[in-house]
Amino acid sequence: MDNKKIRILVAKPGLDGHDKGAKIVALALRDAGMEVIYTGLHQQIEQIVNTAVQESVDIVGLSIMSGAHMPICEKLIESMQAEGLDDVKIVVGGVIPFQDIDGLTKMGIDGVYPGGTPFEEIVEGIQHVVSGG
Amino acid sequence: MGVAKYIKDEKDAVKEVIYQSGIRVKPAYTPEDLEAVGFEYAQDLGDPGEYPFTRSLHPQGYRSRAWTTRQYTGFGTPQETNQRFKYMISHGQTGLNVAFDLPTQMGFDSDSPSALGEVGRVGMAVDSLRDFEIAFRDIPLDKIGSGLTINAVASIMLAMYQALAEKRGYPKERISATPQNDILKEMIGRGAWIFPVEDAVRLVGDSIAYSMDELPRCNPVSICGYHIRESGATPAQEIACAFEIARAYIADVSRRGIEPDAFVGRFSFNFNVFGNIWEQIAKFRAARKLWAKMLKEEYGVKDKKKLFLRGLFGGGGSGLTKAQPENNIMRSAFYALGAALSGAQTTALCSFDEAYTIPTPRAALLSLRTLEILMEEVGLRDTVDPLAGSYFIETLTCQMEEKILEEMKAIQEVGGMVNAVSKGFIQRKVARQAYEFEKGLQEGEYVKVGFNKYAEEGGDQPDVDLHQYNDAWADEQVQRLKSLRRERDDKAVKTAIDALEQAARQKKNVMPPLVECCRAYATVGEMAGVFRNVFGEWQEPQLF
Repeated sequence: MDNKKIRILVAKPGLDGHDKGAKIVALALRDAGMEVIYTGLHQQIEQIVNTAVQESVDIVGLSIMSGAHMPICEKLIESMQAEGLDDVKIVVGGVIPFQDIDGLTKMGIDGVYPGGTPFEEIVEGIQHVVSGG
Repeated sequence: MGVAKYIKDEKDAVKEVIYQSGIRVKPAYTPEDLEAVGFEYAQDLGDPGEYPFTRSLHPQGYRSRAWTTRQYTGFGTPQETNQRFKYMISHGQTGLNVAFDLPTQMGFDSDSPSALGEVGRVGMAVDSLRDFEIAFRDIPLDKIGSGLTINAVASIMLAMYQALAEKRGYPKERISATPQNDILKEMIGRGAWIFPVEDAVRLVGDSIAYSMDELPRCNPVSICGYHIRESGATPAQEIACAFEIARAYIADVSRRGIEPDAFVGRFSFNFNVFGNIWEQIAKFRAARKLWAKMLKEEYGVKDKKKLFLRGLFGGGGSGLTKAQPENNIMRSAFYALGAALSGAQTTALCSFDEAYTIPTPRAALLSLRTLEILMEEVGLRDTVDPLAGSYFIETLTCQMEEKILEEMKAIQEVGGMVNAVSKGFIQRKVARQAYEFEKGLQEGEYVKVGFNKYAEEGGDQPDVDLHQYNDAWADEQVQRLKSLRRERDDKAVKTAIDALEQAARQKKNVMPPLVECCRAYATVGEMAGVFRNVFGEWQEPQLF
């Protein structure tokens, strides 16, 4: 890794309010030396994309617990492309069934971290994704 | 989530045990420990069924009445939910605990753009009284009580339940609903809030004040330490937060000129059961005692029954693991044992597959069977408060009481719960603790069997049946909503909605106009929309 700090937007899309996962991962990423921006709850995709633009982040991390990860990720990828954010990476965590990981990766999600993934693995995963590996 | 901390020496002997609430546990307890905490039978325990109710709310405990089982159920459409309700009742469940989907919880109709992909996903979709009519079809509303797990729009759901009962011919005086209706805890954990703190608390106050005369068998608020614990609070903080939240609601209703004595008897609580079993038992016993003492000494409540800490002790979701999910069946059974040893009045368990999916019928039934085995097979009904008098348990109960009082004081020192939540004081504290617990778990500081000890290589893809989300249900729900909009009397809806808006603007009790709106088949989105316009939405305090 170079010396530049990774800027990550931790986002809670949609209506679900279970934000413990998002908050503790945000704290873990901060402890790992990243600059973390947390959106707060009930974010619409447009709001997340706007924040990503304004904060010029390297990567967006979505936390989704409701089961609606497929439609939400699809919409985010479309909106980010429409805004020309092709170089901003996207990772997702939360209640993600194993059988959906392939689908998410094919869709263009750069990393999937289901609940219970060790912090170390998430941190390394994000560093790897951002460095273009 | 971590439980107790065990510090061992090089020979694997346990040198120190520290519970989450910060209590150090000794290797052995004697009568001297009771003396050290100033334990006195009459003052600290009292007989079962007697003040301060540490031992039990009832003189005979489960001998006279077993706990009520109330598994959390509800998904997809009202039809599907109705079938699952009937299935659980036919298998011995004695009360309902209704799960709503996120659009309903957040006050959006199923055809709102915000509802896309979420209709019927984590609970049942409810747009209008028509959906309640279907969901509760053939359910005897005068015999089966319903917990309505909804908060920001709980007043709407309570009004709808009344409208449903009237339509089915039940006098509203005979129905029993327990809307969760605890918005302050939503702002700390769980996150299904909409309106700003003050307006949101006033809506809770409206439903409490209204229920006093109009819905005498309903429990208008169920205060949930549960979710605050799930968010990272310790057991002592869980109880402290709940009691300080109760204080905020008492204050709102009292300022209307109503004495606490007239309504606090209807408060119920929802507490969590995961973690160290002794700490939980001491927590529940101390909580019963503290609540009774607080109401009697601070609020002048006299009637004995109004001093009862009633509620559901159950769940335990954060204790369950994704790894080796079958272990959760055993884990939950021990959590339930703790609840039973604490004299839980109502209970429910998270199902072993909940880390993956909405419980399948098989998993939900296993939870119910676990509770039935405890009550009907292995002897938990034999005698009330079987651990009473244990040097350890009584010492721990007294220590727990002190810890809870300390945590309550910390909240009072920042100006009470409304202020603590508005400023993000509790949220920050709890998030930081959750992070520390999680780190401890990952580093093996706390043992979680099958996760950080005795874990299996390649054991991360277990065989769990998933509850399938059905897009057709969402379409069906939207179609029903569309036909409702065509068929209903638009003039009646408009009149009712206008009256609701006026009441909201004038800060009058919104319950009577809400009942009118429900009778006219106004939608949840329309009613919540009025509140959104008049009150606006809450802005979360910056947490990091």
